[in-house]
Amino acid sequence: MSLLKPSRWRVLPFYMVLYLGFLYLPILLLPVFSFNNAAATRFPLAGFTTKWYASLWGNREMLDAAFNSLVVGICVAVLSTGLAICAARAVTRYRFRGRRAANGLIMAPLFLPEIIVAVSLLMIVLQVGAELSLLTVILGQVVFCLPYSMAVLTAGFDGFDRSLEEASLDLGETAFGTFRRVTLPVVAPAILSSLLVSFTISLDEFLLAFFLSGTEPTLPVYIWGQLRFAAKLPGVLALGSLMLALSICLLVAAEFLRRRTERQLSTGAASHV
Amino acid sequence: MVLTVDQSAPSVDSGLPARPSWRRGEEAAGLALISPTALYALFLLGVPILTVVAYSFWTQNYLEIDRSFTFENYRIALTEPIYRDLLLRSLGISLVVSFVTVVVSYPVAWFISFHGGRHKNLLLFLITVPCWTSYLLRVMSWKMILGYQGVLNTGLMSLGVITEPIASFLYNSNAVAITLVHSWAAFAILPIYVSLEKIDRSLVEAARDLGDGPARSFLRVVLPLSMPGVVSALLIVMIPTVGDYVTPRLVGGKDGVMIATAIQAQFGKAANWPLGAALSVTTMAIVTVVAGACAILLKLVARRIR
Amino acid sequence: MSDMPMIAISGVNKFYGIYKALSEVSLDIAAGEFFSLLGPSGCGKTTLLRSIAGFETPSSGDIRIDGQSMLGVAPNRRPTNMVFQSYAIFPHLNVEENVSYGLKRLKLGTTEERRRVGDALDQVRLGHLGKRRGHELSGGQRQRVALARALVLRPKVLLLDEPLSALDKKLREEMQSELRALQKAVGITFVLVTHDQYEALALSDRIAVMFGGRIAQVATPKELYQHPLTRLTADFLGGMNFLSGKVVESAGAILSVETDRFGRLGIAAAASGGRPGDRITLGIRPERLRLLWDGERADHELQGRVTNRAYFGETTHLSVRVDGLEQPLSMIETNTYGADDLPIGEPIRLAYDPDAFVALADDETEDRIRKLD
Repeated sequence: MSLLKPSRWRVLPFYMVLYLGFLYLPILLLPVFSFNNAAATRFPLAGFTTKWYASLWGNREMLDAAFNSLVVGICVAVLSTGLAICAARAVTRYRFRGRRAANGLIMAPLFLPEIIVAVSLLMIVLQVGAELSLLTVILGQVVFCLPYSMAVLTAGFDGFDRSLEEASLDLGETAFGTFRRVTLPVVAPAILSSLLVSFTISLDEFLLAFFLSGTEPTLPVYIWGQLRFAAKLPGVLALGSLMLALSICLLVAAEFLRRRTERQLSTGAASHV
Repeated sequence: MVLTVDQSAPSVDSGLPARPSWRRGEEAAGLALISPTALYALFLLGVPILTVVAYSFWTQNYLEIDRSFTFENYRIALTEPIYRDLLLRSLGISLVVSFVTVVVSYPVAWFISFHGGRHKNLLLFLITVPCWTSYLLRVMSWKMILGYQGVLNTGLMSLGVITEPIASFLYNSNAVAITLVHSWAAFAILPIYVSLEKIDRSLVEAARDLGDGPARSFLRVVLPLSMPGVVSALLIVMIPTVGDYVTPRLVGGKDGVMIATAIQAQFGKAANWPLGAALSVTTMAIVTVVAGACAILLKLVARRIR
Repeated sequence: MSDMPMIAISGVNKFYGIYKALSEVSLDIAAGEFFSLLGPSGCGKTTLLRSIAGFETPSSGDIRIDGQSMLGVAPNRRPTNMVFQSYAIFPHLNVEENVSYGLKRLKLGTTEERRRVGDALDQVRLGHLGKRRGHELSGGQRQRVALARALVLRPKVLLLDEPLSALDKKLREEMQSELRALQKAVGITFVLVTHDQYEALALSDRIAVMFGGRIAQVATPKELYQHPLTRLTADFLGGMNFLSGKVVESAGAILSVETDRFGRLGIAAAASGGRPGDRITLGIRPERLRLLWDGERADHELQGRVTNRAYFGETTHLSVRVDGLEQPLSMIETNTYGADDLPIGEPIRLAYDPDAFVALADDETEDRIRKLD
């Protein structure tokens, strides 16, 4: 029996490294080949160059798409977080009929294939006679980001000692004042985290944007269009690497904020059950 | 905080009281608060999905929609060989992918939960970061890896392992499956990790105390108790992957086409919305049934472990 | 000197759905009193406290504070302040900012505000910790911040929701005497909720014992301990030996009761009264039974055998079997004379004081009374 233990201990960390390698290496190939002085992604490598990155600057189309992505991302982040704040607060603080149903509806996109969400939204938009545009992309992506924002904010509100708000009221503050002076500051890191997460999701999101954008593409849609041209691949890789780097930075920031929330909230109240 | 005073509440003698005022205030406040979000989800998710279902029973004549009820679309979806094959292949791929990701991810989740120590959160974070990056970019990277002149082939050639590139890496179901496993592996970890964390460690210690070795105590205590997490993970991977669009388009070639391509075509060139709707509903229904069956099967297995 | 109570609770009922949390609760609390609400979990004491604070609204009945009805008055406008069970220290503010939280609205100006905060912190002996945050404080320190924060607003009533339950025993005892001293120094009405009978007995001027949403008895600690009205109350406030007796004579407030081994006793009648022929429950506290050593004699003696012994450091709790009594008697003896060495099975003699017995309304009667409502 004890023979089994040491060998398992040795195997598992090795397996973890393999696993992490499996997860990261394919992604890391993007930056690797974005600095490669060749148009094809093959070994052996053909020398270091930054020309692919340089070529991005003059690319009007790409810059427009980047701008679109930025606008869409910010709108989605704000809208999704705003809606999720209301809903998360409602779900964690109040009891009302239909709470579970509403929560289920909001979280549903997690359990649906994205194409069905995309297709259904496309149908509705065209039925109503509206035009596909960045606005439709924003509206669609919010549906998709809401579950993630909800998850972050529900956790934020859940961990929030209810008696903090009661204490504030007890000390003479009004309901709105309590929200401003106690609730908001304590939940602020979760709000920021939600903003960052939904911005990142929107930035990277392809399918909904593909179905719902009109003449103005977002970055992923632009990249999709470029994939037909083999020669443009390294430029696309350079762009992709930049997006990758940005996403990772934003995610690290969001995680950092989430941890700070946890620390703050868990030590504010007394430690008894 | 809405405080109302209910002066009209009857006294004790008259039996059941009227609904206490605090409840009314709270319910109203809760409903008011959740309504913007719930309505948004209703109109931009609920209604569209219902529309899809409605369309699946109609017919499209060029630019006009004939709204008479019909099962024709479903007949086509379920019996036409092309769609039937696509459905089955998509199901098959998603089943394989979900089981493989769960099997591959379980040890990692176990390791982090039971032996992660202080670095648990960091490890978890490291594993989930790739999830949040662009799906499109990740699939692209696999296209680069598996291609005829891709990283894998040229790498193996320059190492001398093979003399000619292997064509069958890319543009088939296997490529789709591998890419999907890579994309979804980390998603599978989270539910498994959460349910492993919930397991009271003293249960494992009790099992050891009663004579089980590490392997037996794992099989008899940890595995059954973590089944809910495993089932969740399966669902989280199976349902979205069956309808995946990007992966089959980029790395599937002709042999790896999945149902999403057909669905998308109905809304693009083929312009047959009702058929697209029927295909969507069928896919959803079938994958739900299959997922449900897997869940029940696993729960039965878990219960039989003594 | 006004005779008007500071807090007047009349006929308060509280329902959650069909669950009745408070049932016809009426209570008067005098100004400057240290009043405790005592009872087991679920008895409604916290609900009552929160009703005074304004966080629960009674389904019926009224609560008046300093003569003013609190119907429809929100918690932030009541002359009460509360110390929460979890202390509710704002995690994003330091100690000084926490204490000055309620003062901000009063717009006192920085100097006055700072002075008041400083005074409040000094009063709870936290003057040196002003810049610290919640997670840098111990449990006892956080509790004192909560106290300072509430007291700085000079409320008419301070409400405390099990403030000491999270602290360990030694710290709890320290804080208990500090709370008492604080209340005397500040002079305002304190209402404390606790499930710890010793805490209530040690701190309070008066105690209201609650069971099942009702007030069972309101009295001073001594009165409550020595003359509990019902079996439930008696049992909750410490150990109690119960025995049954038959009423032989009834002369108004005094009953003559025949017991199995304790002879005929003259007892003050309980709330349920007693007619000749009735069987009633009597009680005597374990510490009122005394071990007789060696040649000691007493007027009222019994013989018995030690069946169990538990050592508590200062005291030993003994179980003594007496022939003719169904249940063994509980006794508490200090260990000065060797009670901790008594072997199991040892025959002993004990003395009792016939005046130390109380008649108790038993639970059946209580249930009957409860059902009538």
